[in-house]
Parts: sequence; structure tokens; C-alpha cells
Amino acid sequence: MTTHANNHAKNAAVEAGNLVKTYPGDVRALDGLSIEVRHGEVFGLLGPNGAGKSTAIKILTTLARPDSGSARVVGHDVLRQPDRVRRAIGVVAQRSGADPTATGRDNLILQGRLYGLGGARLRARVGELLERFDLGGVAERPVRTYSGGTQRRLDVALGLVHRPRVLFLDEPTTGLDPEARTAMWDEIARLAGTEGLTILLTTHYLDEADRLADRLAIVDRGRIAVTGTADELKGALRGDAVHVELRQSPGGVERDVVRAVIAAVDGVREVTMDGRRLSARTDDGAVAVPAVLAALERSGVPVAAVTVARPSLDDVYLRHVGRRYAEAEADAEQARELVGTGQGGAR
Amino acid sequence: MTAVVTQTMTQTWWMTHRRLKALVRQPAVVGMLLFQPAVWLFLFGNLFRKVTELPGFGTGSYLDYLVPGVVVMSAVSSNMWSGMGVIEEIERGTLNRFLTTPVRRGAIMNGSVVEQGLTTAIQSVLIVVLGGLAGADYPGGFTGLAVLVVASVLLGTVFSALSNAMGMMVREREAIIGMSVFLLLPLTFLSSAFMAKSLMPVWMQHAAAANPITWSLDAARAAMAANPDWGAVAIHGGWLVALAAATVWLSTLTFRSYQRSV
Repeated sequence: MTTHANNHAKNAAVEAGNLVKTYPGDVRALDGLSIEVRHGEVFGLLGPNGAGKSTAIKILTTLARPDSGSARVVGHDVLRQPDRVRRAIGVVAQRSGADPTATGRDNLILQGRLYGLGGARLRARVGELLERFDLGGVAERPVRTYSGGTQRRLDVALGLVHRPRVLFLDEPTTGLDPEARTAMWDEIARLAGTEGLTILLTTHYLDEADRLADRLAIVDRGRIAVTGTADELKGALRGDAVHVELRQSPGGVERDVVRAVIAAVDGVREVTMDGRRLSARTDDGAVAVPAVLAALERSGVPVAAVTVARPSLDDVYLRHVGRRYAEAEADAEQARELVGTGQGGAR
Repeated sequence: MTAVVTQTMTQTWWMTHRRLKALVRQPAVVGMLLFQPAVWLFLFGNLFRKVTELPGFGTGSYLDYLVPGVVVMSAVSSNMWSGMGVIEEIERGTLNRFLTTPVRRGAIMNGSVVEQGLTTAIQSVLIVVLGGLAGADYPGGFTGLAVLVVASVLLGTVFSALSNAMGMMVREREAIIGMSVFLLLPLTFLSSAFMAKSLMPVWMQHAAAANPITWSLDAARAAMAANPDWGAVAIHGGWLVALAAATVWLSTLTFRSYQRSV
């Protein structure tokens, strides 16, 4: 991934600079949001409800206009060349948008026609998508009879009919049961491998961002708090915890020796001992563990067990936004209740 | 330019096709289209039977006079609700899905206009048949009836475009319901739908003359007479065409305000 890091911005699949968007009632949904998504990657926008993810997606997909700032998708300006952008993108919005009275197949056929496809080629493409998303059995049924997971698979298929270069997935698994959610994750992971498709997804699930996104950006109050791969972000916390359980509790002098031996290992700090338990923090647990074990063995201290606890995205969120993720979500919930449901959809 | 026109036409067809398919799946709707007009024909036909005896009314049979009135009133009434469909598509996310595809904005609105137009035409023809069965006479023959259907479609377009525009801008069902409930009866009674204009109070005559419902009725009745007055058909029909075009254009403009607020 880092090999692409210095690519000129022109080569980005999606790039947004300083997007600002205010809704009536002085709700500042975006407050200078900038992102750069590279070709072929899965990029995740992570943040609680109301952070501005959906607004960003609406601007990038030519649906809404920003108050200021600029955005390009595969090189086309979303404000000046919206038609070119629309041809290059597929959009799976939070609300399905499939026609509930029409069948799954009819929905797909119409979607293809809106892109100027038709005839045998469109029929073949629709057949292919129905099969790929396991919709063959329900293709001739009206969409309103579909389960949540099935409907979501159709939504993704709708976004892919015209073979877009960039696929936008806005909260792809919100509202799905755990089983359907796992299935959708597999689906997205499979998509990520295909024909250089770039995927920009938003999510308010930490685990979803962690699992699906090659790189992710944490969105807080309409801005990007930090961007990187999940590993980079967690690694930057310099804080895997290594816990070693010794066979027996070391005596007074031995204690200090053990502590000194561990502290001497490269990249290990904050060594603490509590009975048989020895804990330390390290930049990279996977590198530190063998070194720690080797050092202990050289000193003749037998080890019973070792565990490494990696920092979570929650820790990353705390570090960059200044509060726990669950707290931020609860706040967002409360804010929404205060505003009332009058405004409808999520931003 | 021609490419754009062809593209808009093709896309309009697909957008209409989608709606017609939905309509065909709900045959009960056709029944609904007919029920209310049948009631109006029956109620008004009996209630106002003696109106024709008023000096200066002009026609011998009130039913002959009433049929175009009910056709046009039904066109207004069913088209006024079309904004509900717009709100539903917004809430469901369908409109947003279309707006992120290259489909032309005009085609999205036109799809609704054409579908409403076809529905109105079918409804109008059915009312004409119903009136004929009840004993109404159509001295203007097929041409006269065709003008009636076209006029009611144009009038319906005016109201569906306004209703669509309202759906896009206000996005509240209550607004559409309010508009329909408040406007339908006053607008209909302030026209020549049920009463000859010459028998109205003067202020009402002025109001009726400015009412598009009257324009469509004047055009239709002029064409449905035994001796059609084509000049009157052209003038009133022309105004109606202009108004319909203006309201459709206006409703397409509401996409911009929608995209600003979305």
C-alpha cells in the first residue's frame, strides 16, 4: 500500500478537498472534510451517526452540492462533470431505492437501461449478477417480499449493473441480522478483489471498518480526524500489551533481574510485575514476544503462558477524537432525538 | 441536440414503462378511478336535472352537459395526488438512486407526467362510456370526445406537475392532502363544470374565466357541439397547452431545490 502513497493526487480514484456543507438550521454536516482514495482499494469512512459520512457520500455521488470545497471522482469534477462521474460510479445508499412492487430482475433491467444498456448484453449481465448474488431463486418475485439481507444483496447488484469503477457503499450492513451481516462482509471482500474496483464504504461499526477497509479515515464532526490502515493506526498508538505468566513467582533479587532483562529487550517499556504476572508495553507485540521469550530463557526463567493484546480501533478513536466511540455514538443518538425525526434520513 | 432529445425520449419511455407496470399490478386502482366519477354522474345527474330548465342554460339534457364536467373534475382530482408518489419515492430512496445515474432529470418527471396522462385518458374514456350508457348524447361525435380527452389530460398534467413540485419541495403528505381537499371542490364549482357561466354571479364569472378547469371545458364543449366552434377550441386549448408546459417545466426545476436540501 505504501508504494502508492506518493502518487500524484490526479491518480486518486476519489479525492475531496475541504468539503463544507451546512444544512438549514445551521447544522454543519461537513466542516472541511478531505480524503483521498486510491485506485483498487477499499476505503472506509468510520464514524458515529451524524459525523458527516453520508453527506460526504452524497456530495461525491453528485446528489448534493457542497457549500465550498472540491471533489473529483476518477478525475472528473463532481460539480462540473456530474454526468461523467455518474457513469463511473455505482451507489448503494442507506435506503434501498429498489422499487418494491417490481421484481428483482425488473429492477436490475431498469437500472441497466438508465445507463444506456440494453438487449442481450443487459440480459446476460443481469443474469450474471442474479447468480453471483444468489438472487436467482427470488428474481421473479416482487422486492417487497425480500428479507433484509436479500434486499441488500439486490441493492449491491443494482450498483454494479454498469460495471462501475468506484462503488460507494453507505452503511452496507446497518439493520442486518448478524448472519446476513457476515454474508455481506464476505460479499464485499470478494468484490474488493475484482477488476480493480475501488470501494468507498461508510460504517459506524468499528469491527466492520477493521475487517473490510484497506485504509480507513475516522470522521468526527464533519472532518477527518486521522487516516491510515487499521494496523498503522493501531501501531501508531505504540501500545501492544505483552503479558507473560511465569511458572513460579520470582524471589526478591530475582525479581529485579527479570525486570531488567525484559526492559533491555528492544522496543519494550513500562515493565510491571505482579506475582507471577509480568506485563510490558511494546510497539509491536509480534516482534517483541520472541525476543522477550528468548531473553527469559537465557536467564533461566521458565514461562507458563504469553499473550499479546493489540490496541483496538476504539483505542485509536479515543486517541484522535478524545472520547470513547460508544460515548460518541450515544451523544449522536441524543442529538438526533433533540432535533427530532423531522429531517428524515441520516447525514 | 438530437442525441439529447432521443436519449430523453428513450429514458422517458423506460421511466413510464416502470410506472405502468406497477399500475397493471394493482388492478384495483382502475376500479377506484371509476367509482368516484360514477357517483358524481349519478348524484349530480339527478340532483341538478332541472337546472336545464333555467332560462339561458342552453342544453336540453343536463347529463349531456354534466359528462365533460365530471371527466374534467375527475382528471383534476386524480392528478392532484400524484405528488404522493414523489414523496414515496423520495422516502424510499428511489429518487436518489435515479439521481446518481446518468438518467436525464426531465425523463424522471416526464415518466410521471406521461403515466398520469395515460391514466387520465383511460379514466376519461371510461367516464364517457359510462355517460353514454346512462343516456348522454355526444353530438360532436368521435372528434369532440377526442378533444375532451385531450383537454382533460392537459388539465390533469397541470395539476400533477404542481402536485409533483409540491411533493419535491415540501415533502410532506399533509401538504398534498391539504391542497387536494382545499382546492378540488372550490376550483370545480368556480368553473363551468356543473353550471353555465352565464347563470353565475358576475364575480364568479370572472373567477371561472380565469380557471383552467373552465378553459378545458370550453375547449371540450366547443368541440363536442353539433356545430363545433374550432376557433374556441384553439384558443382555450392553446392556453391549456401553454399552462401545462409551464407547470411541467417548473416541476423539473424543483430538482435543483431538492438537491440543495438533500
